[in-house]
Amino acid sequence: MSDYLIQQIVNGLSLGSLYALVAIGFSLIYGVIRLVNFAHGDLLMIGAFMTFGLVASDMVPWAVIPLLVLAGGFLAGGLIERIAFRSISGAPMITGFIVTLSASIAIQNLALILLGSQPRNFNFPEVFRMRFPIGGADVALIDLVIPAVTLLCALALTTFIRKTRAGIAIRAVAENPFAAQLMGISIGRLVFLVFAVGGALAALAGLFWSGKYGQINPLMGFLPGLKAFLATIIGGVGSLPGAIAGGYILGFSEIAFVGFLPPEYSGYRDAFVFGLLILILLVRPQGLFGEVEQERA
Amino acid sequence: MLRVEDLHVTRGRTKVLQGINLEVEAGEIATLIGANGAGKTTTLMALSGLLPVAGGRLELTTEGETIDIGRTRAVDLVRKGIVHCPEGRQIFGRLSIEENLQLGAYLSDDRARIARSISEIYERFPILGERRTMKAGNLSGGEQMMLAIGRALVAQPKLLLLDEPSLGLAPQITEEIFGALEDLNREQGVTMLIVEQNAMLALELANRAFVIETGRIVLNGTGKELLDDPAVFEAYLGVG
Repeated sequence: MSDYLIQQIVNGLSLGSLYALVAIGFSLIYGVIRLVNFAHGDLLMIGAFMTFGLVASDMVPWAVIPLLVLAGGFLAGGLIERIAFRSISGAPMITGFIVTLSASIAIQNLALILLGSQPRNFNFPEVFRMRFPIGGADVALIDLVIPAVTLLCALALTTFIRKTRAGIAIRAVAENPFAAQLMGISIGRLVFLVFAVGGALAALAGLFWSGKYGQINPLMGFLPGLKAFLATIIGGVGSLPGAIAGGYILGFSEIAFVGFLPPEYSGYRDAFVFGLLILILLVRPQGLFGEVEQERA
Repeated sequence: MLRVEDLHVTRGRTKVLQGINLEVEAGEIATLIGANGAGKTTTLMALSGLLPVAGGRLELTTEGETIDIGRTRAVDLVRKGIVHCPEGRQIFGRLSIEENLQLGAYLSDDRARIARSISEIYERFPILGERRTMKAGNLSGGEQMMLAIGRALVAQPKLLLLDEPSLGLAPQITEEIFGALEDLNREQGVTMLIVEQNAMLALELANRAFVIETGRIVLNGTGKELLDDPAVFEAYLGVG
């Protein structure tokens, strides 16, 4: 295998993992309450700025930073649910879309006011900037850490959803909220939980994003958020494995487009990615792993 | 015992219930029969806290404790033993049989108790035990009904509300389900309120019966009395 190919595979894995981390949250939330949380991408930005602040403050050892970012994302995600979503519970779904969209704009503007519009550069801890050769390619450590951690998170989350009481309850609410209520399941609490868990993973993606690209700004969450949403749709909305697979499909196609076509095309990568979505949906409207939704009685 | 006095429930602008009066003694099987749209399901939903009560008193007294149903959250009603087995079974089809049963005991932390309750269900309905890891959606209608009842029993109900347990089931299966309900009542003393379109079957099973018409109870008596009542026969039994 040529070193260039290896490099591209690693890039695809790494980018795909970031999309997958964000897509999981979209999918979890949609699965439970059939809502697309447009503010979800902004949690990536929040995670990135938390990382920036923690690294700059130089107060905590770098190994603790990811844990703090996860916790911060958990709270931020939960806060969005409490402030924006809970206040409109019972309202028609279209209200939900508008509210999360408003939350997204509010978060972005708050960040612009508090943090300024200038992009900031920052240096990730030395360890992660290490590079080492794999089969002739020169690979950044962080591009290997990202997929490894993503895999770990995906496994942990899948186990949680499959085995724990809260996980079974989440699946029950996703399938039939009415019957779930009859079991004494408090839907509000589970909705908080999925917003918060999704927020934690998106914030973690923000940490990785800032480490990988070395630059952050208050509007950085928008495009990755949108693409992660695409990944969710490609995989089939509401399916967890689908969201993860969708993330990787998107990451690999984007890297392949940029890496194997002449450089003058690379500016069209987003157009390509969105075009790909349309093609996939033409063939499989429910996404690759999605089930055709039954009308609920 | 369950006492309902002058229950009013409004859905949207419609006054669905306009003064329901019911009394069910502990350990009894009661049935509520009546035509479509008379307010049977609405009554059950008010009793399990799923619909707000617009007026009247709803009380369940068990073991010396009285619960004011109209002022208690649905979750707490489940915790206190009012368990609703809804119309159309509403099992979780994508979850396994075992998971469905575990959800019945969602509010309990006593793992040993839950395991015991689930194995009791498997004894009562062996078909469920044989297929515990199967997705519930793959079960037949009758088996799904068994699962729905099992799921309600795992919650250890003091008052079991059953909405149309015979809906969509073959007559033979329905007999089986009703037989199981009778056994349950006899062996464990679970108080039941059954809403049923199959009035004949329900009246045969019930100690006490109520006939509901456009949001009001128009007749009540023992199951036998209503079975022998010519008016009831004409209105609800003659067709079958």
